[in-house]
Amino acid sequence: MKRLLLALLIPAHGVGTAVAAEFNAVQLDKSGVSFVSKQMGVPIEGQFKKFAAQISFDPNKPESAKAQIDIELASIEAGSREANDEAKGKEWFNIREFPSARFVLGGIKSIGSGRYQATGKMTIKGKTREVVAAFSTKLDGGKLLIDGAIPILRLQYGIGDGAWVETGTVADEVQVRFRFTLASNK
Amino acid sequence: MNPPAAYTRVAVVLHWLVALAVFCAFPLGMYMHELPLSPTKLQLYSYHKWIGISALLLVATRLAWRIGHRPPPLLPGMPRWQEIAAHATHHSLYLLTLAIPLSGWLMSSALGFSVVWFGVIPLPDLVGKDEPLGELLKDLHATLNFTMLALILVHAAAAIKHHVFDHDGTLARMLPFLQAGPRP
Repeated sequence: MKRLLLALLIPAHGVGTAVAAEFNAVQLDKSGVSFVSKQMGVPIEGQFKKFAAQISFDPNKPESAKAQIDIELASIEAGSREANDEAKGKEWFNIREFPSARFVLGGIKSIGSGRYQATGKMTIKGKTREVVAAFSTKLDGGKLLIDGAIPILRLQYGIGDGAWVETGTVADEVQVRFRFTLASNK
Repeated sequence: MNPPAAYTRVAVVLHWLVALAVFCAFPLGMYMHELPLSPTKLQLYSYHKWIGISALLLVATRLAWRIGHRPPPLLPGMPRWQEIAAHATHHSLYLLTLAIPLSGWLMSSALGFSVVWFGVIPLPDLVGKDEPLGELLKDLHATLNFTMLALILVHAAAAIKHHVFDHDGTLARMLPFLQAGPRP
């Protein structure tokens, strides 16, 4: 019923320009959440294979965008089997107690030519911190591609406790990168 | 042109620098890979790689230097088989000291870990990430190392034999402070 209503309403509103659409259907197979940390000065890339994302984004009204990303931490690929096991353990993500991480979008500010700055709340290991994301959007074949990064400081969330607290080996700063492909749900 | 009578000082210094690198990197490699994941392990892996890349550069320098500065011939009076064995060992050691750091670098690339020399200079990945290849290179790296260990033992034993039993100047050529061997 809701769908039918939307279907009836959208054409009535959105005939202005070609991009006058709200993109809100995340295509998970064409999306990804990865991260880059530095170990002994060496950038190490990893990713989370499973996550859920609810995003709605209208290029004409970026300020009204909404997003919530939930990352299944057990799906981490940290570069090696040994690193994967370590990352799930108590000192790192402690996934038994905190199986997922969450990002909730606060506000978005356009900084021109399809580039935006977003603020939001990141919750990892039960700790919530304000973060700033920079991202860009691009239209591609009727789909919206969102590409960006959020720098976080792992120690603010207690990621890498115990012996790992020292940042000479594994740097405090971690770049969380995201890429989402959004279709507009008609 | 007469062949040189002695190794150049540069050749001697390079020889011992490579020896030092091997002496550090080999036991480090043996020790570190058994460790559970910890900051210490990551640090040791980095040190090992830094030493390895340094060794690679030193060996390349040695070879370049050797082309311009021929080593002195083996001392006369050695049986033919010893001459052959000495040359074969020397050449194999050159080859191994090149191949070992290279195989390590390749392994590191294949396992998805770039090498950043001394944490400052990023080196290019020699191959893309390919875990089965990485595992293969790990075995190769180990095999080459144990081969080198065996040859170093032969090399060192021969040097000591020349010094202690033959009382010739073979070892003193690489250890100038020894001068000639002790004569009874």
